[in-house]
Amino acid sequence: MTSSIATNQTILVVGGGISGITAALEAAECGKQVILVERDATLGGRTALLYRYFPKMCHPTCGLEINLRRLKGNRNVRVMTMAEVLGVSGQRGDYAVKLKISPRYVNAKCTACGDCAAAVEAQIDNPYEYGLAKTKAAYLPHAMAYPMQYVLDPSIIGTADADKARAACKYDAIDLDMRDETVEIKAGAIVWATGWKPYDAAKIQPYGYDRFANVITSVEFERLANPHGPTGGKLLRPSDGKEARNIAFIQCAGSRDENHLRHCSRICCMASLKQTHYVREAYGEAAKSTIYYIDIRVIDRLEDFYLKVQQDPTVSFVKSKVAKIAEDKDGNPVLHGVDTEGYHRYATAHDLVVLAVGMEPETNGIKLPDDILLDSSGFIEGSQDDGMCGAGSATSPLDVNRSVQSATAAALRAIQVVHKTSTVEGAR
Amino acid sequence: MNDLNQQAAAHYGKNFLKEVEDRVEDGEWVKMCMQCGVCAGSCPLGPHWEHSPQKIFRMIMAGKRDEVLSSDSMWMCTSCYNCIVRCPRKLPITHIMHGLAHYAHKLNIAPKGQPTREVARLFWNSLVQTGRVNELKFSLAVYFKDGFVRGIKNALAMQGIGLKLMKAKRLNPMEILGGHKCKDAGGIKKMLAKAKEIEDRRQGFSS
Repeated sequence: MTSSIATNQTILVVGGGISGITAALEAAECGKQVILVERDATLGGRTALLYRYFPKMCHPTCGLEINLRRLKGNRNVRVMTMAEVLGVSGQRGDYAVKLKISPRYVNAKCTACGDCAAAVEAQIDNPYEYGLAKTKAAYLPHAMAYPMQYVLDPSIIGTADADKARAACKYDAIDLDMRDETVEIKAGAIVWATGWKPYDAAKIQPYGYDRFANVITSVEFERLANPHGPTGGKLLRPSDGKEARNIAFIQCAGSRDENHLRHCSRICCMASLKQTHYVREAYGEAAKSTIYYIDIRVIDRLEDFYLKVQQDPTVSFVKSKVAKIAEDKDGNPVLHGVDTEGYHRYATAHDLVVLAVGMEPETNGIKLPDDILLDSSGFIEGSQDDGMCGAGSATSPLDVNRSVQSATAAALRAIQVVHKTSTVEGAR
Repeated sequence: MNDLNQQAAAHYGKNFLKEVEDRVEDGEWVKMCMQCGVCAGSCPLGPHWEHSPQKIFRMIMAGKRDEVLSSDSMWMCTSCYNCIVRCPRKLPITHIMHGLAHYAHKLNIAPKGQPTREVARLFWNSLVQTGRVNELKFSLAVYFKDGFVRGIKNALAMQGIGLKLMKAKRLNPMEILGGHKCKDAGGIKKMLAKAKEIEDRRQGFSS
């Protein structure tokens, strides 16, 4: 490995979710220079959109706040939001990375006062609510946004709304002349912390996600349960706003399926078990959660959580992969299938169905550098020369806890790559 | 024929799964079933059979040889392919069900008088005579398979359709005299005999 010596000591971290933030901080706190690029307008990724974490049921704001504080206090990390990687050339120790930076139309003078949002009339689908709610076209991504700055949606640029926003701003923070920029940066090692996306549930045709309003995904359910979400934390079903007390959770919605995702997404069993807590907390003994599963896969110590949920009389388990969903005249989804414990045929109506959708790599459909190795599901294994590596759920389906572990490991690998600059080069 | 059944049972002992893997078309897929139940829930005839595919596969793994081979469930399959399309492990379920039916028929322990089995037998018997199915004789054979009175009733009930088919030249009444055949009926017979020989050898029946 002595042949490839880093000529550049900077570590580039692609993706600013929990894994990217962690990898960047771990490397930076070891004294390395880090550039953290994020495609979105804020750091935090999908973690920031969760209501609570398993198994301790704490809120992601807590974990994020600690990390964002570490980030603010560290001079070694340079954060670039709205920056997307266009291409990577070079090799281990010496990469040139082309970035496209999209305009935010808001500069660093923004105090997040919200006057621009009040002035703007146009609304857009809120990108942080999985399509469940609208937001003004001048918006703060969410309460934990980093940087704490508003964004103008490109759709209002050139309209009267944009001028209204600028006129409303007391701090001269709105800059409508911002344009796309392309910049090139140098890095010695690259950590791909590009994360995951929920599998497109509409592709699971028999479940009718695209046909039935009351069939939603697990990530959408997180938003429903969240006090900052579209329903203010109430579990109201989309079709008629009725309280959803009798909720079905369908496991392996897309995962472990040769027609969809081949892999087990690993977190979905725990996610559904966790979400039964939300139902119980909302309705007490009147809650009713039913988990339809092939087999429950909770890993090592998380088994305790499963055992506790099994004790809950409001939660029942049906060992069966649901064959199809229909809808009755009241808009209730009706689940059809045959259970494996006795081969009983069932047709059961629920208020709401939550599909525990699988995780697929966010990078599926995006062209990655040629020398990055992917597994059969598209998860990143790294480059052959180790100059690039994956972190967190970009590498396999991981929960937040394991993503952070993976990211710390990735930071160490990246440090080893760039560290060769001073030691090996000095020795020569 | 029942010797065949006894020989097979003796040869494989309690390992019915192995027997299915060796002798049933696509039988090697059975062990891939993870018992999720999607096939059972997706089958449009599901409520009408005794054993769903899911249950049949479990019974095979549990060594329930007689119950599986004498079940009428695989004869109820209409080849709609819902199960194949939805199976998360891509088991060729329809084909396995047909393979099981064929194997049970060969061992002559498939349910007697099962309508699908009878129709298939009549179809096959007609086909092997001349290399062509004699549609008239085949239809009559199907009508009369449950006795003379039943046959007359069936024929009368289908009369209208039969006349329309004749008018449209889809059914030739002269077929009753023997009917059309392929050019080399002897060749067809030889070919089928060879195919049977190959199949028997593969299934370990040749002696």
